[in-house]
Amino acid sequence: MEMNDFLANFAEQFDETGADEITPHTQFKELEEWDSMIAMAVIGMTDASYNVKLTGDDIRKMKTVEELFLLIQAKIND
Amino acid sequence: MASNPFTLEGKIILVTGASSGIGKATAIDCSQQGANLIITGRNQDRLDTTLRNLDGENHISFPVDLCSDPDLIDMVDKLPMVDGLVCNAGIANPKLFAFTSKSEVDLLFNTNFFVNIDLLREMIKKKKIKKNASIVMVSSIAGGLITSPGSSIYGASKAALTALSKSLALELSGKGIRVNSVSPGMIETNIMNDSSISEKVLNEDKKNYPLGRYGKPEDVAYAIIFLLSDASSWITGTNLLIDGGYTLR
Repeated sequence: MEMNDFLANFAEQFDETGADEITPHTQFKELEEWDSMIAMAVIGMTDASYNVKLTGDDIRKMKTVEELFLLIQAKIND
Repeated sequence: MASNPFTLEGKIILVTGASSGIGKATAIDCSQQGANLIITGRNQDRLDTTLRNLDGENHISFPVDLCSDPDLIDMVDKLPMVDGLVCNAGIANPKLFAFTSKSEVDLLFNTNFFVNIDLLREMIKKKKIKKNASIVMVSSIAGGLITSPGSSIYGASKAALTALSKSLALELSGKGIRVNSVSPGMIETNIMNDSSISEKVLNEDKKNYPLGRYGKPEDVAYAIIFLLSDASSWITGTNLLIDGGYTLR
């Protein structure tokens, strides 16, 4: 699982936010476009692309994109 | 002494998805009203638990996956004629539409909808449904009354079930067979156990229910018992809302 691929997949769930605004350090829930539908889209993307089932609690606990990436990686390795 | 029109004494009732949740509560509560149960479900251990909890005797259990045609046909062959049938087995998989896969859609529709078509057709052909019997389909408020993000396929499968129950109510009325559906709101069962929706979100959702709580399996079971009983002899083709007032607002 590559960070660059993940950033691209993550950014694809946004319509108004440019890919350049999304970095590993981005606090994704602070993005203006972020809402519960995008949260569900990220959960759907993670399931489809990485076969990992994120929960709403996971999204709530993670602050940055990197933290989300590491959590998904940990679940893949489980 | 006047007879009790709400009793299920002497009635043979088949309940699908009886290993847990609404099916389990329905089977147990039906037995407490005097019915003889035929229960089916995929999980043998949990189905055995339901069987042990049934009141009285002369109950049968079929641990089968009704999505398997040979198993379904085999079970129907072995059935006695029934006075009631509760089409209850169902699963959910909350997911935004864009991320659903063909296999997930097939599984949802097979389990929630197509299996009931196959079961009913087979039982009708093999004459396993008595005249004046009562069929209850367990649908959902998500089946066309309301919706929420992630429930598109589940809702579609339940809406299909509600529509099916109305047309069967018409086609089977000549034999005195009644067909009704129930539409529960969110009920506290295992159906949401593996989903991605957090407890925090579910607790917030409870506030949308005017009666202040999610439903319990017996809230649905009692309504099903009414529809199976002689007390509802003139009720067919209806869709009974059991939702704590959710759809009022």
